[in-house]
Amino acid sequence: MASIRLAVPDTARPDEVIEIKALIQHDMESGFRRGSRGEVIPRDIITRFECRYAGNTVFAADFQPAIAANPILTFYLRATVSGPIAFEWTDQNGNQWSDQASIEVT
Amino acid sequence: MKTNRHLHLDRRQLLASAGGAIAITATPLKAFAAQEDLERARTDLFGNRVIQDGRVTLKLPPIAENGFSVPLDISVDSPMTPDDYVQRVAILSPRNPLPLIGVFHLSPHAGLARVSTRIRMSGTQEIEAVAEMNDGSLWAGRMETVVTLAACVVL
Repeated sequence: MASIRLAVPDTARPDEVIEIKALIQHDMESGFRRGSRGEVIPRDIITRFECRYAGNTVFAADFQPAIAANPILTFYLRATVSGPIAFEWTDQNGNQWSDQASIEVT
Repeated sequence: MKTNRHLHLDRRQLLASAGGAIAITATPLKAFAAQEDLERARTDLFGNRVIQDGRVTLKLPPIAENGFSVPLDISVDSPMTPDDYVQRVAILSPRNPLPLIGVFHLSPHAGLARVSTRIRMSGTQEIEAVAEMNDGSLWAGRMETVVTLAACVVL
């Protein structure tokens, strides 16, 4: 359902600080909007994002309705070991979407 | 001639001050209510600890044409070592229906204390970012953005 786009470098030198971009397609319906008949459109948002690398949660975010639709995050990581970098989004109902990228540290 | 000019000025000043009085009586109620919400959100997150100004740089466009998606960039002056790093950063709004916009949790693995995203803004306001360091100290940065098309009713 939700399409995910990641930007992670393929390779990095040891201890290099790399830029990561992670976007997920999601309406982030705020719960403050009204439909054509005046009814409140119920809130439907992603509330949590986590990024795991080398066995640790290295970055996480708690979203509120004021995060724009199709939430994009740009953040930084220190490359230490080769391996996967995992990304996971959780919505208010507990639905989860995940994806991963791998990096080679040489 | 001279007295005439004086009279004219006086009338202008009078009008201006009357206008000012109206503006003052009309705005504070709303502004204070929002400020209280913001302070409550701040207390929920950080308790009653002292928040110092500095170390946090918040970047937003000075004018946002569309409040539905405003780019925001936060950077915190920190070496991001295991002994000295940013634990979390909260973004707060004095004018949105909800004062809290989001919280970012960082770790020394980040290497650089910098995060960007896109936020919704229901009108012109000064967004605040508060960073909590691993030693428990709190630092804040602010930036005012003029929003021409607010995500007001339809946030």
